[in-house]
Amino acid sequence: MTSLINKSLVKSKAKNVFSSPWAAFAAWVIAILWTIPTFGLLVTSIRPEKDINNSGWWTFFANPNISFENYNQVLFQGSTTNPPLYQFFFNSLAVTLPAVIFPITLAVFAAYALAWFEFKGRDFIFFSIFALQVIPLQLTLVPLLQLFAKGLVIGDVTVIPDFDITGTYIPIWIAHTIFGLPMAIFLLHNFLRQIPRELIEAARVDGAGWFTLFSKIVLPLSVPAIASFAIFQFLWVWNDLLVGLTFGGGAKEVAPMTIRLAEMVGTRGSGWELLTAGAFVSIIVPLIVFFSLQRYFVRGLLAGSVKG
Amino acid sequence: MFTLALHAARKTPADIIAENFSLLALALLSFGAVIFLIFLIASRTSVKTQEWLKYLVFLVPSILLLVVGLIYPAIRTLILSFMDKKAEEFVGFDNFIWAFTIPEITVVLTNTAIWVVTVPILSTVIGLAIAYMTDRMKRPAAIKSLIFMPMAISFVGAGVIWKFVYNYQPRDDKPDIGLLSAIFKGLGLTPPNWLLEAPLNTFLLIVVMIWIQTGFSMVVLSAALKNIPDEVVEAAMLDGASPWRRFYLVSVPMIRATIVVVLTTITIGTLKVFDIVRTMTGGNFQTNVIANEMYSQAFRQMNYGQGSALAIILFVAIIPIIIYNIRQLRLERTER
Repeated sequence: MTSLINKSLVKSKAKNVFSSPWAAFAAWVIAILWTIPTFGLLVTSIRPEKDINNSGWWTFFANPNISFENYNQVLFQGSTTNPPLYQFFFNSLAVTLPAVIFPITLAVFAAYALAWFEFKGRDFIFFSIFALQVIPLQLTLVPLLQLFAKGLVIGDVTVIPDFDITGTYIPIWIAHTIFGLPMAIFLLHNFLRQIPRELIEAARVDGAGWFTLFSKIVLPLSVPAIASFAIFQFLWVWNDLLVGLTFGGGAKEVAPMTIRLAEMVGTRGSGWELLTAGAFVSIIVPLIVFFSLQRYFVRGLLAGSVKG
Repeated sequence: MFTLALHAARKTPADIIAENFSLLALALLSFGAVIFLIFLIASRTSVKTQEWLKYLVFLVPSILLLVVGLIYPAIRTLILSFMDKKAEEFVGFDNFIWAFTIPEITVVLTNTAIWVVTVPILSTVIGLAIAYMTDRMKRPAAIKSLIFMPMAISFVGAGVIWKFVYNYQPRDDKPDIGLLSAIFKGLGLTPPNWLLEAPLNTFLLIVVMIWIQTGFSMVVLSAALKNIPDEVVEAAMLDGASPWRRFYLVSVPMIRATIVVVLTTITIGTLKVFDIVRTMTGGNFQTNVIANEMYSQAFRQMNYGQGSALAIILFVAIIPIIIYNIRQLRLERTER
């Protein structure tokens, strides 16, 4: 993985420029075409409601009329039954933080074990986890939801008690943790395996136990890989609708922004002035993360999909 | 604390946020404290104890979560798919017969098939084209960022963005605010009611997914193209191969493995597509797909049997990809 990235960085400099201007032109046309829909949303969100409904957003440049009233409306106006969007914004934060931290912590542990402990059945576990990556969430939703709602009782034996956590963040956190684990373990395992064997063995010879070895050597070395996956998981959780919808129990108190936005689209009452502003609020955080940490994101993407 | 949802109606948003964030802080702090304590104690144990303790701390939690949270539910779903609505009686293959014979559901399966054929191929082709066009460009970063950007946008957000593009103005006396309609009128055509007309609407939804996935295929394929040894490309150039011939005689065969990975990854993502359809049409007007229908059967109509059967059909469609991927992984491992 790292070799591929390094090569690609070196290559892009080494290759002399041999691009035809037509190819560059075509690429720019596609790039602009790709951006227009998002740009239209942004422009619309800062226009007054009257303008939005009476003229296309592209007329904005002939007649620039800027208003932030839409943002004020969608973010702060609301009732107890229809809470303002800022509440959902905080819900998204509260859902996302643990749903990123929990799976990464557990995955670094498991990846360490699978990469460096010698035991029977290691390959079997690794291949199983690899296969689990592509299990569709849909396959687990109903039984997992029942687990959260009722616990697990086989015969008369309570295997998992009912913790009464429906309607809190806890089922959403746990569900995201479970769904994020296979990919996290797989990516981090690939990375941890590249730590030189001599380094591990030298530390072992010096008398470092498995726990010291982890916290003193393995963890510090895996920070870049953790960062890559963290961005991945962050975008995945922040943008998720299905898990929040299923495991939030329909409670507005814990619903992330995507749920609120989907609801606004569904109800005829919300006009474009609220929808565009609301959509922009919900995409701005991932966009900032994406543009500031794009390199790490790409690295994670390549580690996950380009084999070799 | 755990019952906060029940009497939250009287609270202001600020109260709810404060309460939620104290739960958040509590969860994060206790998680951190538990792990810190475990490490503190475990690192002081004897070498012999550590030989078994290491499995318990590092490996067992993940395995337990995966078994309880993925494997057990998957098996349970398989059982549920052979049971009735309320999961009380076995009904044999009734749910599957239902899925393949009821016209409403066959539309769902047909649509899903259309998605699965078009999205991976078009996203990969467009992504590859852009990757190749920008391969030898001096500064491709801006272009790539713009095309890659939709990857960071949620499907729901993308749904809103494109629903606005497809906005239809039924009245003649009012100007269009949807871009597509305006372009159509500008060309002297009469715009259809975009999202209501089947099968056009399904393809319009597919465009949204392609818009998102192209960035992914572009980034991955572009890295693969960069990885082709310079000598190979230069040799082809010296032989006088045109850029087009170089592309399909040299570049494409050399990154074939990566193309397959991109295709399969997008295929799996497309099979599971749910948010786009739900946000943009709610699955109405003959645009429904399997993941959305599964959700509404299981959680709206509380029809566990048929919902589970749809989930199983979805899974069966993915199985060949899983097998193929494991084979590839095995091959790679033995090559090392």
